Amino acid sequence: MRKVWKTVNIVGEKVAKYIDEMGRMLLLLLDTIRWSFSPPFRLDLLFQQMDRVGVRSVLVVVLTGTFTGMVLALQSFHATRGFGAETMVGVAVALSMTRELGPVLTSFMVAGRAGSAMAAEIGTMRITEQIDALFTMAINPVKYLIVPRVLASIVVVPMLTIIADFVGIVGGYFMGVTVLGINAGSYVANMEKYVALDDIYHGVIKALVFGLILSIIGCYKGYTTTGGAVGVGRATTESVVLSAIVILMANYLLTAAMF
Amino acid sequence: MIEIRGLHKSFGALKVLQGVDLHIPLEKTTVILGRSGAGKSVLLKHIIGLMRPDRGKVWINGLDITRLGDKDLNEMRKKFGMLFQEAALFDSMNVEENVAFPLREHTKLSEKDISRIVAQKLEQVGLPGEEKKMPAQLSGGMKRRVGLARALVLDPEIVLFDEPTAGLDPPMAAAIEDLIIETQRKLGRTFVVITHNIHTAFHIAHKIAMLHEGRIIEEGTPRAFRRSSNFVVQVFMSRGEEKEVK
Ligand SMILES: Nc1ncnc2c1ncn2[C@@H]1O[C@H](COP(=O)(O)OP(=O)(O)OP(=O)(O)O)[C@@H](O)[C@H]1O
Ligand SMILES: [Mg+2]
Repeated sequence: MRKVWKTVNIVGEKVAKYIDEMGRMLLLLLDTIRWSFSPPFRLDLLFQQMDRVGVRSVLVVVLTGTFTGMVLALQSFHATRGFGAETMVGVAVALSMTRELGPVLTSFMVAGRAGSAMAAEIGTMRITEQIDALFTMAINPVKYLIVPRVLASIVVVPMLTIIADFVGIVGGYFMGVTVLGINAGSYVANMEKYVALDDIYHGVIKALVFGLILSIIGCYKGYTTTGGAVGVGRATTESVVLSAIVILMANYLLTAAMF
Repeated sequence: MIEIRGLHKSFGALKVLQGVDLHIPLEKTTVILGRSGAGKSVLLKHIIGLMRPDRGKVWINGLDITRLGDKDLNEMRKKFGMLFQEAALFDSMNVEENVAFPLREHTKLSEKDISRIVAQKLEQVGLPGEEKKMPAQLSGGMKRRVGLARALVLDPEIVLFDEPTAGLDPPMAAAIEDLIIETQRKLGRTFVVITHNIHTAFHIAHKIAMLHEGRIIEEGTPRAFRRSSNFVVQVFMSRGEEKEVK
């Protein structure tokens, strides 16, 4: 009995810690929103971050999207061939990409590349007192460091998602039509018939939410770093893991709400 | 005028400040002495509102900064410059960008004026022509001098210096002391300087205070301080002088 209580206690503490952390993250988010609307608006910092978060993620996103589209085509080809529905392969690829895999995989990649970098960079600034230095120079670090990163991610992750959707569908077409020999005309016709613009929109909305999630988590983990270089390492890893978990949970909720 | 009253600060079980009372006169240089770990840096961070006390007050020109909100505190900090103990340079920016940062953020000066001012400040701290170096390429003493240039670049009313001469060779330390004295005299600023170095203290101070076990145990003009009957102060000074002689 005592053992059970001990376990309950430990689990309870962990849960309480998580809830506490979520609350703090939410406060940072509110602060970020507040500072986003307070002039002066720093477009220079925003563009700098869009370049770092977005432009430099294009290659990984293209690779991820292409191969995912190809493997989707291959799998759905094997699944549908039995009952002669191969021409639906394009539909399967396009729907999976635009609704789920495009936004999720893209934001995973950006979380790994850019979200972790946010945690590491801001974390280093925290432990070397650069954030304190900003305060003393009457520069609010939330406005100066976090707002541009969050806004850039919200703008850029949807754009990257559209790229991933596109190359995924192209990769699927290449696999299905060129390699597996499905009839090109009906492949495309079915896709046009069963895939709506809404599917893409919904995916893009998801991507926007995921961009917010991964950037606020990366910034939060960096901003609250303690404990020297080890702490920075911990913050970086935690930001990626937590981003992935929260993105998957949010994905479920958004799917349930939108489709 | 800066007035500190009954300042308490603990980190968990560690009591660092236990009722600090200190008057920091306007347009003078006040030096705070104390042993390593005495809480000097912590005290300095309370003066600029980077840390909030558990108890006590800090008045700057009649405003209690321990009770100011974010926005007012931000306004207040425009009066301040601060040199951090480890310099806290922005490591994504080069020396020029670091020193120019307050100018670019808070003034409308042209780039030409900015680079002229930056060059002049770097000259003053003995680092002429080092504009393009990154912080990672600088020694500890060089970083501190860049930090000093950055703290002084806006000619702020109040400047807090955390160990401005630590880790510098004696001639360079003397040059920095002279810079502090000269700047203070010329612009009539309020300087608060933390140092371990007794010689630096007596060279630059109008007022010296000693922080020990969470309180100010002695304060006064350098002359009065030298004649202090407080045992801890005497030991601190005699050991300091012995070490310097060696
Ligand atoms: N953020 C913090 N969290 C926990 N403890 C802290 C923190 N900052 C300072 N301390 C502790 O407070 C005490 C005083 O630190 P402080 O940095 O003020 O010393 P100091 O007088 O500046 O020493 P030094 O001359 O070596 O720089 C130390 O024991 C330190 O461990
Ligand atoms: Mg210190």
